[in-house]
Amino acid sequence: MGESRLQIMVCAGTRCVSGGATRLRQLLGEALDARGLAGEVEVFPAECNGLCGQGPVLAVQPDGIIYGPVRPEHIPLLIEEHFINRRPLERLMLRAPALDGRVPLMKDVPFFKDQRLIVMRNRGRINPERIEEYIAQDGYFALSKALHEMTPEGVIDEIKRSGLRGRGGGGFPTGVKWEEVRKYDRFPKYTICNGDEGDPGAFMDRTVLESDPHSVLEGMAISAYAIGAHQGYIYVRAEYPLAIQSLETAMAQAREHGLLGSDILGCGFDFDVTVYPGAGAFVCGESTALMYSLEGRRGMPRIKPPRSAEAGLWGLPTNLNNVETFANVPAIILKGAAWFASIGTAGSKGTKVFALTGAVSNVGLVEVPMGTTLRTLVFDIGGGIPDGRRFKSAQMGGPSGGCIPEALLDTPIDFDSLTQAGSMMGSGGVVIMDERTCMVNTAKFFTEFSVDESCGKCAPCREGLKVMLDKLTAITGGAGEPGDIAFLEKLARHIQATSHCGLGQTAPNPVLSTIRYFRDEYETHIREKRCPALICPALIRFRVKEDICRMCGLCFNACPAHAIQWKKKQPAFIDRSICTKCRSCIRACKFGAIE
Amino acid sequence: MESVHYDEKAGRFVARLQERDYLKLDQIIERYRDKPGFLIPALKDAQSLFGFLPMEVQRYLGKGLKISPSHIYGVVTFYAFFTTVPRGRHVARCCLGTACYVKGASDIVKKMEESLSIKVGETTRDLSFSLEVVRCVGACGLAPVMFVDDDAHTMLQPEKIEAILHKY
Repeated sequence: MGESRLQIMVCAGTRCVSGGATRLRQLLGEALDARGLAGEVEVFPAECNGLCGQGPVLAVQPDGIIYGPVRPEHIPLLIEEHFINRRPLERLMLRAPALDGRVPLMKDVPFFKDQRLIVMRNRGRINPERIEEYIAQDGYFALSKALHEMTPEGVIDEIKRSGLRGRGGGGFPTGVKWEEVRKYDRFPKYTICNGDEGDPGAFMDRTVLESDPHSVLEGMAISAYAIGAHQGYIYVRAEYPLAIQSLETAMAQAREHGLLGSDILGCGFDFDVTVYPGAGAFVCGESTALMYSLEGRRGMPRIKPPRSAEAGLWGLPTNLNNVETFANVPAIILKGAAWFASIGTAGSKGTKVFALTGAVSNVGLVEVPMGTTLRTLVFDIGGGIPDGRRFKSAQMGGPSGGCIPEALLDTPIDFDSLTQAGSMMGSGGVVIMDERTCMVNTAKFFTEFSVDESCGKCAPCREGLKVMLDKLTAITGGAGEPGDIAFLEKLARHIQATSHCGLGQTAPNPVLSTIRYFRDEYETHIREKRCPALICPALIRFRVKEDICRMCGLCFNACPAHAIQWKKKQPAFIDRSICTKCRSCIRACKFGAIE
Repeated sequence: MESVHYDEKAGRFVARLQERDYLKLDQIIERYRDKPGFLIPALKDAQSLFGFLPMEVQRYLGKGLKISPSHIYGVVTFYAFFTTVPRGRHVARCCLGTACYVKGASDIVKKMEESLSIKVGETTRDLSFSLEVVRCVGACGLAPVMFVDDDAHTMLQPEKIEAILHKY
């Protein structure tokens, strides 16, 4: 990583950049220059560490000290103390929400302590635009090991014994899939990387592709060697232009270094990769749909069997793995199946990357060993729910997943436990919801998404989901009737059982899981025509409960429509003829006086 | 592409392609002709040239890439990224966020559709207006809201729509 003695890694994540991280980087560079330290200390943009709540964050390596939030006015003192006097500046160090005081070392921050990085092993450590830096972190050593020391069967065996399961959601054992593709004697074969990450709230594939593209390319090359393919495709959604650009740069450099193309590492093995941008269709994350899309057709899933391992792209044997799955492969080959299998639970090995979002203090990407409990994820790593609010539910697996309630917070996160809880691992989006979230409305939101994205090929998904959405719209709009819940449950079971592909089969999960764990909320909507979380506008009375109102006037100030009348020492009053039901007053009231 | 107009008989927007348009399309065809399956990138390149994908472009690409026009049309209409309708000179966007919705934004949209004689997602035949809906624009206190280009029009009533649109 360059020749400089110290590196300052300034977070280049969205939240830090909006907090001025880019300018901070520039000012740091200028200040170091002015002090004649430019050769000693180098400033880098670094991938988001996930500590977005305290940004802009910067880390000094190899000291491992982390500062945040850092503002331009801190720069002179920081340089004076840390880089000239070599005394880390305590007053700027990160404050851990759970601990008292400042935490100097990155490894002591609770956010990092419970994480275990395999997929994101190079997080914040390398510049993705320089292949040398990837290689310096043992990059492409696994490919070399596979090509020089292992047979294709040996590679497959290693992956099988590692227990690696597909990270795209389904959890199919990766080694078994490779073995199956290898077994067919038809050529050419293909290996495809699925980067069509479409779940709302998920962005780990994008981050891996943007910040460590070589790890995916290396994993793909190893898979190609194992199954006997010479051509790979990376299907990336069109909404990720940076990822596409980062991949193109990485591929060009890999070719230059003889790590892609013909006769890789002098072993006589040929393999090259093409990036294929998608065109905006969620269903293309499904394997057969993705392959149709790659063939330049409409991305509509087909009935299996034959599985794509037998007849995939252009009808030929094809291996399809997710971005994160591929990124795991080099680490397994390099460190061995036993090492990988020692991490995680009996049925789910290794780690999983999650995109932690919603009502949680530390929003960002985290990687934890399988079997970590949801509680650790939300409260230790995530730093809990901000503003002293209460945890209500974690939505996992996007529109295919479900909502997990507080009572199941100690569920270990692995493929099987989550399925049992009525959710699923999915691709790794975790949206944390606090008490201000209406579960019926949440179910409606995800159903709306699935209705929009249904490809329309089979009736249960195309029509069934629509009927389901109509019912949910009625319930949230105040037109719910007794019997609606039973109707939704029955319809959901039918859609699950009779849909063609994974999209339809899992689309009812948000509805089923919210009914299972938050049935009372549905009943309140239907029977009492009330939304307990005060989200569904049609079911809010917009009335001030005078016995609770503290006459503080916050709602009066918050109302953009001037619909609230208030005078000191008098409870507020909402004029409903002016009220636009925008809910500003509900958000402003600290006492819950508006119903 | 200078001449796009609405053809009554065809019932759609027709583009009269110029010599240089064909040259550009030929370049795209050249790029992807020998790559089976590269229809989607080819269509993307074409759309970035013209802003939309009129039939004429679809047909010409089909001929060059040896793909049937019906197949191309199927692909174009399947993916959210592609559009067969040109953008108008003005874009009218009505907010359908929760607050606007509650305050009757759906009536506003209906009125906009009526006065422009198009549906949401379409463009008027004279290419003067495109009609879109957006999620909350954060002007809930002024609901219902619509934007024409960058101008916000607030606290709308269906009766006002006609006059506002006439100003453009």
